[in-house]
Amino acid sequence: MTRILFRYFVLFTLTLLALCALSFSLIYLFPAEPVTTLTGITPQNLIQHEALINQYHLNSNILVQFGDYLSELFAGNWGVSLISGQPLSKEIMLALPATIELSACAMFIVVVIGIPLGCYSGLRAYSNADFTINSISVTLYSVPVFWLAVIFILTFSLQFGWLPLSGRVNLLFDIPHQTGFLFIDILLADNLDKSAALSDAFLHLILPTLSIALMSTASMIRITRRSIIDVLNKPFIIAAKSKGLSSRQIFVRHVLRNALLPILPLMAMQITTLITNAMIVETLFSWPGIGNWLIQAIYQRDYSALRMGMLAVSTLVVMITIAIDLFNRLIDPSREKFESVTI
Amino acid sequence: MNRRSVWTVVSAIVVTLLGGCSPQKYSANYTSGLVYCSESDPISMNPQLDTSTTTADATAHQIYNRLLEFDTETGRIRPSLATKWSISQDGLRYRFLLRQDVGFHSTSYFTPSRLLNAEDVLFSFNRWRLPEHSFHPVSGGYYPYFESLGLADNIADITALSPFEVEITLKQRDSSFLANIASDFSVILSAEYGDLLMSRGTPEKIDRLPIGTGPYQYADYQKNHYIRYDVNEQYWEGTPASESLIFDITPKSSLRLAKLMTGECDAIAFPARVDHQVIRERDDLALDEKAGLNIGFWAFNTERAPFDNPAVRKALAYAIDKNTLIEAVYFDSATRAKSLLPAASWAYQPDAQDTGYNPVLARQLLDQAGIEPGFSMTIWAIPVERAYNPNAQKMAELIQRYLADIEVEVNIVSYDWSTFRRELRRGNHDSVLIGWSADNGDPDNFYRPLLSCDAIPSGTNRARWCNPTYDELLDRALQTEDIDIRKALYLKANELLFDKLPIVPIAHAYRYQAYRKELSGMVINPYGGVRLGGVTKHRD
Repeated sequence: MTRILFRYFVLFTLTLLALCALSFSLIYLFPAEPVTTLTGITPQNLIQHEALINQYHLNSNILVQFGDYLSELFAGNWGVSLISGQPLSKEIMLALPATIELSACAMFIVVVIGIPLGCYSGLRAYSNADFTINSISVTLYSVPVFWLAVIFILTFSLQFGWLPLSGRVNLLFDIPHQTGFLFIDILLADNLDKSAALSDAFLHLILPTLSIALMSTASMIRITRRSIIDVLNKPFIIAAKSKGLSSRQIFVRHVLRNALLPILPLMAMQITTLITNAMIVETLFSWPGIGNWLIQAIYQRDYSALRMGMLAVSTLVVMITIAIDLFNRLIDPSREKFESVTI
Repeated sequence: MNRRSVWTVVSAIVVTLLGGCSPQKYSANYTSGLVYCSESDPISMNPQLDTSTTTADATAHQIYNRLLEFDTETGRIRPSLATKWSISQDGLRYRFLLRQDVGFHSTSYFTPSRLLNAEDVLFSFNRWRLPEHSFHPVSGGYYPYFESLGLADNIADITALSPFEVEITLKQRDSSFLANIASDFSVILSAEYGDLLMSRGTPEKIDRLPIGTGPYQYADYQKNHYIRYDVNEQYWEGTPASESLIFDITPKSSLRLAKLMTGECDAIAFPARVDHQVIRERDDLALDEKAGLNIGFWAFNTERAPFDNPAVRKALAYAIDKNTLIEAVYFDSATRAKSLLPAASWAYQPDAQDTGYNPVLARQLLDQAGIEPGFSMTIWAIPVERAYNPNAQKMAELIQRYLADIEVEVNIVSYDWSTFRRELRRGNHDSVLIGWSADNGDPDNFYRPLLSCDAIPSGTNRARWCNPTYDELLDRALQTEDIDIRKALYLKANELLFDKLPIVPIAHAYRYQAYRKELSGMVINPYGGVRLGGVTKHRD
């Protein structure tokens, strides 16, 4: 057990190190001055230029520079944005929770709708209900996320006017920033009509969440269905049936548990797709998350922001992937044999 | 669970979900707040420091007041913080009597201890006027509007005759003086707040955390996202009806329109030309229009070769078909510009000379100037929509095609708005598509900031063109109150401009304001930024 944890820890550290190295190399790869990309400060004169180079050891050898870069990263000194001049750590901490909130809500929908429907479909494989669910999920899976989002906006916001199309909550609500997670912030705030704010935030959440959740739900249905069908064909199910267990007992005790095991790692992959999709959808719904922020940075050639944004997002994805894999390893005894650690 | 009961459950869930989305319109009538969707971030919270419409919109009439104000209907100057004013016989001394009941904003970061008095007026004027003033170098020390007009150099002295009476003495007569101090940029700041910040050692906060006397007070600002204002309950013209005002910063015009339609915005800045029909067709939206005091033009950087040669500038002007540009970019909402002034101005010259479309002549002129085929230049296109140029990118692309016909290659350059302006001020452009919205109704407000020598360092002279004869004409025009003499001088300036062509005038656009019909009191202000103080929203 400790060994597994240790191995995962090493894997995590190495991956992070590789990511840091990549983001460090961006300093030299971006078509701007390394000093500017690193610090976000455009030196106004030679003296400042010199001072910055000395401060960040930019004329020492590359390993020293990298070591210095790492220590700055861990000290929380991520540089400032080239455009706004704000510290990047602050900007990222403002944007990242919005993305996590959106992805978490979407993931909730994926699990709550995807797995039950997949199970149902798998249990009734090749029936009419199965065909219906399957064809709907194939259709949804083929719909591009950005197109779906635009259709949602056109239908529900512009045509019917039921739902708002931009932001996390109506700006008339003055919600102080505390955790960055809007629903928590609303509950913590005072001087606020909380129920109105919560329902407004909920209305804002519906369209973006559905836009990204539907595609992942579709693939979750298909994965679950396949897995259930596979398990149903295993000999131990026949054994269980011959013992006279009721179909509910068979499903809960044998089918579900065994079917869910292979789903977990696939779910980890879904999370990365989900976050990527969230970043696309954010720009369409003006959701103030990390995707929107990165796109802005790209438009404005904000190199220092791009460097840190890439590092922050990839670290988040790696953390989630490794965490799920670890969890999976802990609940799945059969994988004990494979000592090597994989992502 | 048998199959039928499963379907019952499923359909029950579906029905509940659909029931949840009962066809109720989304509306945000939680407070009587007002949401104005603006197009970009203001550069500063103090319009003294910046001439852009965005900054003026966000600050000038929301946070601040001026001594005098333009009447949006008649264009006449009317009292604001000054109740009365008088001008001496020689036209050099101006006396202003101040209101005695005006308080400054009381916010989380400042509580005023006294009402507005002459000291505040002196502080506000001296800040941009006197280089030795302690606040002059704060936030860059650039006061583009005043510098471009040479206003600081023309003021000999400002004195307080009594706590509520101020006298300004000019060095030379300036018939546009009152118009200038009624413009968006001549705002009155709090001297008490300035002193407090100076004693705390954070003077630059005066432009980030503003204190004014206007209908709304600053509460919060997040770049690229929103500006939040609270109501000024002690506002001297009467408390505004909305408890808060939000500027929702939405750079895309299509998104602004969409948000106007869903009710997320109550009013939007710069509705795109293509959307006008959509707005007019809807019962819940209104679109007002008014002839604007503005001009969209193509300026050449006359400090760079070969654009320092008037023949080259003329050649390029002959290569483009202005009418097509106007049709394609402004649709039906602009008139062709011949000189700097729009028809609404009293000095407008209907028979001013203009460049026609003549690519053959253009190529000839270029050959004579020694410009080889394949010459390459940049056109900078403003990244934001402006009344004077709603789609500079598209216009740049059209010009690119026209210039390709005379074998000139064009690279189109664009950055985000603040970077764009910074680079432009450094003079890194060959040519730029930009424009000007007048800050007051005086013709001097077009001629001087756009092309005078003083306007080069202050950054409003995009052509970086300096011509002593031209400057002299403008100065002479300010020496007299006689409209006919002034008009004759401006006609001469037009001739000179046609001869040298530092900029190609393209169009004068109408101004539009789109808003939801629940709003009342929304008026287009042709003399500058939007005024939201008198706007009220009716709740359903």
